[in-house]
Amino acid sequence: MNAVKLDELAQRCGEWLRGSGPQSDIVISSRIRLARNLASFPFIRRCSEADRTAIEKTFRDAISQVEGWKDLIKVDVASLPVVDRQFLVERQLISRELSDASGARSVFIDSQEQFSLMINEEDHLRMQVMHSGLDLESAWEQINSMDDELDERVNFAFHERLGYLTACPTNVGTGARVSVMLHLPALVITQQIEKVFRSLQKMGLAVRGLYGEGSQAMGDFYQISNQITLGRAELDLVKQVGEVIPVIIDYERQARSFLVKESRKDLHDRVSRAYGILCTAQTISSEETLHLLSSVRMGVNLGLIQDLEIPTINKLFIHTQPAHLQKLRGVQLETADRNVERAMYLQSHLRKSSGPPAADN
Amino acid sequence: MKCQQCEKPATFHITELTGDTPQEYHLCENCAKSYLTQNEPAAPPTPTLASALAKQLKIGQAAEELARLDQRSCPVCGISFYEFRNQGRLGCPHDYVYFERELTPLILNIHGETKHIGKRPKRNQEGTDKHTDLIRLKREMQDAVAQEDYERASQIRDEIRRLGG
Repeated sequence: MNAVKLDELAQRCGEWLRGSGPQSDIVISSRIRLARNLASFPFIRRCSEADRTAIEKTFRDAISQVEGWKDLIKVDVASLPVVDRQFLVERQLISRELSDASGARSVFIDSQEQFSLMINEEDHLRMQVMHSGLDLESAWEQINSMDDELDERVNFAFHERLGYLTACPTNVGTGARVSVMLHLPALVITQQIEKVFRSLQKMGLAVRGLYGEGSQAMGDFYQISNQITLGRAELDLVKQVGEVIPVIIDYERQARSFLVKESRKDLHDRVSRAYGILCTAQTISSEETLHLLSSVRMGVNLGLIQDLEIPTINKLFIHTQPAHLQKLRGVQLETADRNVERAMYLQSHLRKSSGPPAADN
Repeated sequence: MKCQQCEKPATFHITELTGDTPQEYHLCENCAKSYLTQNEPAAPPTPTLASALAKQLKIGQAAEELARLDQRSCPVCGISFYEFRNQGRLGCPHDYVYFERELTPLILNIHGETKHIGKRPKRNQEGTDKHTDLIRLKREMQDAVAQEDYERASQIRDEIRRLGG
């Protein structure tokens, strides 16, 4: 059933690029994850294959008892082809770690793609909730009640003083990572982004790229999250991250209006060229695509491009990534062939939705 | 107004609030850009696990003490402190108890706190001893099987069943 379900997902955009919700011109998505371990098994690194299978079964049984979770899509990651694993990573439904590990492991996904439960990741369970736009409070409510459902059915490793115990001491306590994904092209253009990062680091917040730890800031997407998990209540972590986001949004808006005011011609030129290349290129890498789509996305938000909608661009962000492209085409493609396919895909979708680019002005 | 650093008109008016007293700067676009991106004294990087470990081990632990520490291994999962240092991942929940003395300064370094505030499991914790026993027994059973000591393995299996594992 996996293959069919995954193909269905491929046609859609998924929650994190739905492009709605508060402040969605700059805030892409809000995400919270909790790390949990079963008390009666060793942590993952010390697990035998029999342990991993038993952990999977424990969670499968618990999940199947939860009212409202009957329709979750269960994916056996261990038996999944590489392209399908990559596909789930691109959609942010599983982590790279879960994709690349070996041994029994799986993920449960809700059909709205708002949450996923990863089994046998770095911890026995990593659950995450993702909402479009700036929406941390309700994401917390949702994941909190999901945690309650499982807490009624399994024994989580918990220490009176240290809280929830995790394989890595950096996650101990709440096991919670609260993160917000932002699109910050104007702060990058005006070269202020480093300054913003430095102040965030001083506040104990981490900044990562599109695909988390160690990934490059592709397409001017940045994830801001809490570093500390112990000694603060979950809602305080939500508040800590939540309070800083409006400030960054404000910086980005200032940088955008500065660019519009002081160098409108340059900005319009940059945006239009990006749009032009995306519409006419014959071969294009996913990095270049992300980079150019980022400019176009800002151009649409600023009204410099009027014949495109944000949802169209969001969809292109995800559909032009390597595994998505191959899923949509239904064939495996080498890099060079992918680059040609990607150019074709961009052409047909950008021209379909609009006239020739940049006729105004 | 002219830029404080060149002859161009100042279009950026920056009030720097990070020092003792607010400082005003009037700069042109280019000078402002380079001002804003200049290398400030970098913020103390948030401690990573590796750096926190390195720091802890440098302070006050002689080589031989470190070697002795590295040899210690958890009676439940068998991981040694050396393996933890190398992999950065603990072996089982009991490690937090067994390596408490070594882990506490590390945790304090990473989180600035050593006490959990926040959510707790609602169901009664049946005491963690039973669970750690299960982890230990399962490991002992695997060892027994590996040594082809099937009598011992089946004894352990019965004990595991008794504990409900």
